[in-house]
Amino acid sequence: MEKINVKVCMGTTCFVMGGANLQELNDIIPRKYGDKVEVNASPCLNLCSINWEYSKAPYVKVDDEIITEATVEKVLETIENKLGNN
Amino acid sequence: MNNAGQAIHLKKEILVRIIKAFLSDNFEEQARLIPYAMRPKGMEVPYRCCVYKERAIIKDRTIAGLGFPIEEDDETVSLATYAKKATERKEISDKNLTVLQAACQGCKTNRIYVTDLCQGCIARPCLSSCKFGAVSIINGRSVIDDSKCKKCQMCVQACPYNAIVKITVPCEDACPVGAIKKDETGFASIDFEKCISCGKCISACPFGAVHERSQIIDILKAIKSGKKVIAMVAPSIAGQFPGSIYQLKTAIKKAGFYDVYEVAQGADITAQTEAKEFSERMHLANEKATEWLNEWVNEGGYGEKPETQEDDNVQHFMTTSCCAGYNQLIKKHMPEIKPFVSDTKTPMYYTAEIVKQAYPDSVTVFVSPCVAKRAEGYENPNVDYIMNFEELGALFVAKKIEILECEETPYVKESSKQGRNFGFSGGVAESVKASLKNENSVKPCIINGLNKESIRQLRKYAKSGECDSGCNLIEVMCCEGGCIGGNATMNNPKTAKKLINELSEKSQDIEKV
Repeated sequence: MEKINVKVCMGTTCFVMGGANLQELNDIIPRKYGDKVEVNASPCLNLCSINWEYSKAPYVKVDDEIITEATVEKVLETIENKLGNN
Repeated sequence: MNNAGQAIHLKKEILVRIIKAFLSDNFEEQARLIPYAMRPKGMEVPYRCCVYKERAIIKDRTIAGLGFPIEEDDETVSLATYAKKATERKEISDKNLTVLQAACQGCKTNRIYVTDLCQGCIARPCLSSCKFGAVSIINGRSVIDDSKCKKCQMCVQACPYNAIVKITVPCEDACPVGAIKKDETGFASIDFEKCISCGKCISACPFGAVHERSQIIDILKAIKSGKKVIAMVAPSIAGQFPGSIYQLKTAIKKAGFYDVYEVAQGADITAQTEAKEFSERMHLANEKATEWLNEWVNEGGYGEKPETQEDDNVQHFMTTSCCAGYNQLIKKHMPEIKPFVSDTKTPMYYTAEIVKQAYPDSVTVFVSPCVAKRAEGYENPNVDYIMNFEELGALFVAKKIEILECEETPYVKESSKQGRNFGFSGGVAESVKASLKNENSVKPCIINGLNKESIRQLRKYAKSGECDSGCNLIEVMCCEGGCIGGNATMNNPKTAKKLINELSEKSQDIEKV
């Protein structure tokens, strides 16, 4: 099974619009999923420049899936779904 | 830490749009369009009944972002006019909060309420538990007469079905000094005679109804006019933005500031001055105690206690004085503790003094985790404006500044480990301790957050002149967790503290005095 890859955008916009709180994922994910899920802080993913700009920040990418207005709960839910599907 | 979730997202988005509007060619028109840009025609309505109400509320929030009180808006004045007035404004107000009263309508007044879970039982413990005769049984169910109810909650505790609840008004509950009240019209309003600017109501309101009156336009105006605008960043800023504080300095300069100072530099002075003051005060206490003891022994250990014991100068504890919320509390509600409070100035005070000496013609901006510093800044002629972390963040977003891509710029003076730790609970007491040669003379006690209970405790100490279990240094922080728990912080306190520690571990120890 391939590892699920989580990219938390640490660009200024995402960070300011709520992404600061997502840093918790760096602790939660390894504890919860071990090596099944990999989590990385990423420089600006350039998602804020598309479409709705900062309105939908913060962004997180779980594999190819983009989570808008991301929260810790939303990210964990997406991971759960992926793990269930695999 | 602000818990208002989406409401805070909305406030930040509005700030970004205000700043963008200011930076555009036509501030007034762009400001007028903010509610329409955020809630365009045909958009799905996210929170309220219709798009028109959404826009009206966004307009109100924008008024606060432009620095005006929402309460005084009569709805006829357009945002374009407010924007114009903001650019023409010469002075800022001492009333630093404003309530969006339209948001208060969804919130029920504080009361005790019997829910449908009431089983109409035979025992009726609610009836017997009420000392005020407020509970009666109508149609087999409990009913509370609000005119008699004293909200003691005895019935809430007595009901075995948990059928009786206390309906709380979050802002009222959060306010430690009873300054915000939902009045009979159903709107919350702030009594500025009582308000200590702690910002707890801002964080508590799930509707995001309480706003800081922003000074961002005044700051941007100063930058635009070519003045030397200097940012002084609070120690708690480490951990609030991506990247290092050195990258942050570059980013702030990119945003238009002339220079950036770490307020931790002033915190070092606060710690050392407070340490000196502490040993002087406590030395006096020890000396006097020895004096009394000698006198008493000389007199054979009998008779009246010597009069010197009434001496006001002799104290058994000292409290810190760097928290702006606490200082407002002392001024407005607790003058009795004043003699025990350190006379040492705050880190912001010393930093602003240093900056104004270096650049007498500068405009100083304190970058703050909380609203209380607005009150302190207003009283300090060396501090021109306050910009909170959210506003700085919004400025970065509006100007598209990527902090992680910025170079590192050193600060004028590297601050100490202890100065950089000022922003979390326990950090200040620790810094005073570390500044003393005889560290063991400090027995600290920490007030981690002002609330009704801790205020009662402080009053007790002031009255008795003694602190519990022989403590002699009380560190008081208004926000739980310290400044990292301030209303305008963006990171959760746990992560923020971790990031501050990473920085301070690499910093040198404070010099002893």
